[in-house]
Amino acid sequence: MLHTLNKSPFSHTSLENCLRFIKPDDVLLLLEDGVYAATRGTSRSHLIEQALQNGHVFAMQADLKARGLTDLIDGVQLADYDKFVELLEQHSSHAWR
Amino acid sequence: MSDAKKVMITVRKPPHGSIYVHEAIEVMFIVASFGLDLSVVFIDDGVLALKTGQDTKELGIKGFMASIGAFMDFEVTKVYVDRQSLEDRNMSEADLAFIGEDETTEQPVRPTILDSSAIAALMAEQQSLMAL
Amino acid sequence: MKFTLLILDGPYNHTASDSAYQTAQAMLRRGHDIRGVFFYHDGVYNVSNASDPPQDDRNIPQRWSALGAQNIDMVVCIAAAKRRGITNELLVPNTRISGLGQLATMIIESDRLVVFGD
Repeated sequence: MLHTLNKSPFSHTSLENCLRFIKPDDVLLLLEDGVYAATRGTSRSHLIEQALQNGHVFAMQADLKARGLTDLIDGVQLADYDKFVELLEQHSSHAWR
Repeated sequence: MSDAKKVMITVRKPPHGSIYVHEAIEVMFIVASFGLDLSVVFIDDGVLALKTGQDTKELGIKGFMASIGAFMDFEVTKVYVDRQSLEDRNMSEADLAFIGEDETTEQPVRPTILDSSAIAALMAEQQSLMAL
Repeated sequence: MKFTLLILDGPYNHTASDSAYQTAQAMLRRGHDIRGVFFYHDGVYNVSNASDPPQDDRNIPQRWSALGAQNIDMVVCIAAAKRRGITNELLVPNTRISGLGQLATMIIESDRLVVFGD
């Protein structure tokens, strides 16, 4: 399964809640304000570090660039929209709004 | 029904502060009527939508409480609630509204409470998932 | 593959609509079919011809209209539209108002459903 997450972890609990439902080999894709979760050394970085133990984590490059985010947690992969669609080809998806 | 496409609707927002739950229920009824194998899962603040004793009259909002009791009548029979979400909100099974009556026993039926791992497993079976 | 996109938020206020549009473009680039785009909740505002954004920024309703011109079914839910005052007269070309049954049909006729919302 592909889990998409579009909320900042500093203001919403969506990411924290989503982690309870991620199974091994599921994929997490951060988009829109969700990409803030991928930044290194924050009070919420442990959430993505936890997700990385279960499977792949992607962050949308366009959303990172828009927000000036470059210092990411090790292991987070960058995705463009073509990669997003490739993941959608492989998985059903659930949007954690 | 075994060949019917499996569709899940998740509800994670609380009721009344926004229209999401009300409009989600409208989708549930239509999807169920099209012969899709529908599961509905209430997670996080979504569990609050199923709380007994809700009354929107003083707000002047129509609300959707009557629809909850008609779930099973409208073929919305696979209704699940996340256990952790209930506990976080100090809710128990007794706080959940009835969604209809069992066909055989005619006893009132509540949604089924599931652990997150069971919900995750159910999600993995779905063809399409709609987060409303 | 056949995709259905479900858009649950209005244009500009949140970027669900933008994410959906960029994803739709990528789907087409990769040779997929888009069975339809369904607009629900505040998503119904995405196709208003009364929208008049600044010239130097994207025109979201026009984008959806252009996608509709590529023979992709762009459907606005009638119940959600009526609540929010979106009528036939207000629709950009190549979009239409119909019932939730169209969403169910799109799901039945697609391989994947992708949801964009706030």
